[in-house]
Amino acid sequence: MADFDVPKFREIPIIPKLEEGTMEHSKPYVAKADFQQPLGYPGELVDNWKEVAIDKMGELLGKYRSFQVFLDACVKCGACTDKCHYYLGTTDPKNMPVGRQDLLRKVYRRYFTFAGKYFPKLVGAEDLSEEVLDDWYSYFHQCSQCRRCSVFCPYGIDTAEISMAAREIMDAVGKGQKYCNEIIGKVFKVGNNLGLPQPALENTLEGIEEDVEDDTGVKVRYPLDEKGAEVLLVTPSADFFAEPHVDGLIGYGKVFHEAGISWTLSSHASEAANFGMFIGSYENMRRVSMRIREAALDLGVKRIIFGECGHAWRVAYSFLNTLAGPFDFLDPNYPVPQHICEFTHDLIKQGKLNLDKSRNDDMSLTYHDSCNVSRASRMGDTPGGQFSIPRDIIRASCNNFYDMSADTIYDSTYCCGGGGGLLTDDLMELRVKGALPRMEALKKVVDEHGVTHMAAICAICKSQFAKVMPYYGFTLDQIVSVHQLVSNALILTGQKSDDDDDDASDED
Amino acid sequence: MSFVSIAYTALFYAAAIVFLVGVGARIYRYARTPAPLKIPTTPAPTTTGGVVLRMFREVVFFQSLFRSNKWIWLFGWIFHFSLLLVLLRHIRYFQDQIWLWVSLIQPFGKYAAFGMVIGLLGLWARRVLVDRVRYISAPSDHLMLALLLGIGLSGMMMTFVSHTDIVSVKAFFLGMIRFSPQELPTDPALLIHLFLVALLLIVFPISKLLHAPGVFFSPTRNQVDNPREKRHLAPWAAELEK
Ligand code: HEM
Ligand code: SF4
Ligand code: SF4
Repeated sequence: MADFDVPKFREIPIIPKLEEGTMEHSKPYVAKADFQQPLGYPGELVDNWKEVAIDKMGELLGKYRSFQVFLDACVKCGACTDKCHYYLGTTDPKNMPVGRQDLLRKVYRRYFTFAGKYFPKLVGAEDLSEEVLDDWYSYFHQCSQCRRCSVFCPYGIDTAEISMAAREIMDAVGKGQKYCNEIIGKVFKVGNNLGLPQPALENTLEGIEEDVEDDTGVKVRYPLDEKGAEVLLVTPSADFFAEPHVDGLIGYGKVFHEAGISWTLSSHASEAANFGMFIGSYENMRRVSMRIREAALDLGVKRIIFGECGHAWRVAYSFLNTLAGPFDFLDPNYPVPQHICEFTHDLIKQGKLNLDKSRNDDMSLTYHDSCNVSRASRMGDTPGGQFSIPRDIIRASCNNFYDMSADTIYDSTYCCGGGGGLLTDDLMELRVKGALPRMEALKKVVDEHGVTHMAAICAICKSQFAKVMPYYGFTLDQIVSVHQLVSNALILTGQKSDDDDDDASDED
Repeated sequence: MSFVSIAYTALFYAAAIVFLVGVGARIYRYARTPAPLKIPTTPAPTTTGGVVLRMFREVVFFQSLFRSNKWIWLFGWIFHFSLLLVLLRHIRYFQDQIWLWVSLIQPFGKYAAFGMVIGLLGLWARRVLVDRVRYISAPSDHLMLALLLGIGLSGMMMTFVSHTDIVSVKAFFLGMIRFSPQELPTDPALLIHLFLVALLLIVFPISKLLHAPGVFFSPTRNQVDNPREKRHLAPWAAELEK
């Protein structure tokens, strides 16, 4: 199936011995000029790239405290070395978080520190060279910015911050990544990552309305660009068509319907994900975010709610107020923005949703905590709500739920292997190998509890798992959306019963 | 005054200046550099009080490290806690009237030197034996451990093997504080010990020892988790809105 070896499940998860250079060849396609320029970057590697790179590094050192402190503070204690799923799956030492940081740190030391300027050998400082740039391009595109390392580092050193800075430096010298930059360009031009224009969205949503009506007998609306709606829903564009994403979107619509709250999607802001974060660009991240503000103002909504998406929720929860705020024109009684899970959870608590758990009895569930939801955001009022709220929703919708091992969930969760701008076919080997720790944990609950499906609330996780699970002996439909479970269990007011349903299909 | 006394007086003034100015400049830089985005590693405290508590647990108990790796935690914590006791014990050499609590910790402080050495040896063993830690070690990482071990061992020589003329040592440092230099005894253990300490002070601001001030400035640990409630905006980011 693949032109590389799929890693074997480890008998007991031992820490693998390192092997140098196993992933040196892994590199995503470089962005062509057409994809660089709309973002404000040079079209190809500039002649004086070394100077530009060092200048950019200096600029970032003055703009980001995280970058400056993290480059200085690491004591090389080694605590993070076995925490990255990419190291565990590839055994390449440059995929150990500190190994990855050091690729940049050695250059920082050479040009910005006393010790590195005068005693480079002693402190492992190195000149910026073509080989170093190659290594950067390779290994800073082997980091999904999942922040697992930052949980375990005694100083909270977050390799994601270093990767973002490195990608911004590479963009500045003209060596950007095609996948991310092309997508950001599409958002600027069309409004979403997939480049779906307004008519296509309208079409899809009409189709969904018909399907749901056929299915339930209830006319549930999936409105687009509707002025005066109460809620603007911003969701990842994968929700518009791909399985299992679209089942989640169907679920959101049903929940809004039952809540009796008017809502709308926007074709201007038809994308929750913000790839500006992946490339570490504040400016591009801000530009993408502003579309949401513009849509909210234009449509005159009172609330903003985000659909199921991991990195998107990080940008939404942690950064949106900073990037595109203040949101004083929205209803102050609700947090801005809200997560769809917070919304659904509130309704469940108020008893407003008629959920029949037995409708999900054909499945036995586990839940994958998405990295950026877990370690870079929150839901609800109390720390840790991002873990309890989705689980509460699943438990309210299903009878069979089992958590995976404690060291692989909550803030110790393993990334799916495809986050942070790596969800592209040119990085398939990395994606498969990086999924190893999660697949091992899944295998365990499958064997011990007969788990059949894994639920997630992230578009990247869902796409990634659908693609890599077959490599590990699972099937691609074993990954489901949380709101798909809600959708299955929810009995709409006035919904025809299953028996009617059968009759109806008999007549067909 | 002897040549050695003059040299050591000069060395310690220089080391103290490098240390204070160097670390001060670094702290100033950390404090001045904005953190434009809210990036606490969550779950994170939602109040400033909570952040103080989180930081306290990190600095005093090395909480994250404990979750991460029990061996590094054990050796690292023994080393640092012992180092702290040893440092506190040394306050007596800079005081005419020794504070009561400094006298009280004296017996513990004396034996803490063993903890320091054991901790350092444990950390060094990991650095040599574990392939992953060996891979990330530069020569300076080994030398730093050697330097601290040297300080610990030469100090223990004086405490437990060949006592030095401690009254004169104290006079020397009190003299430095009062800007009236005094003679320093010249036994080798003392001279080695003090030389290495001066070296440590000098390398502090240009080495990974910056983790000590750095930890307090780490945005993933010191930020309050309240981005929806309170708008967070760095000055350079505010410029973009104009
Ligand atoms: C706020 C004060 C400090 C805190 C919170 C702190 C914390 C830590 C932690 C968590 C580690 C990693 C674990 C380990 O290897 O021990 C570490 C390493 C280290 N610390 Fe500190 N430290 C502090 C002050 C100092 C000072 C004042 C020194 C020396 C003068 C020092 C010297 C070292 C050394 C040499 C290492 C590396 C050990 C190795 O090579 O494995 N630390 N520190
Ligand atoms: S952020 Fe995640 S992917 Fe990147 S180095 Fe850390 S653990 Fe690995
Ligand atoms: S855990 Fe932190 S301090 Fe230790 S090696 Fe990793 S990044 Fe450096």
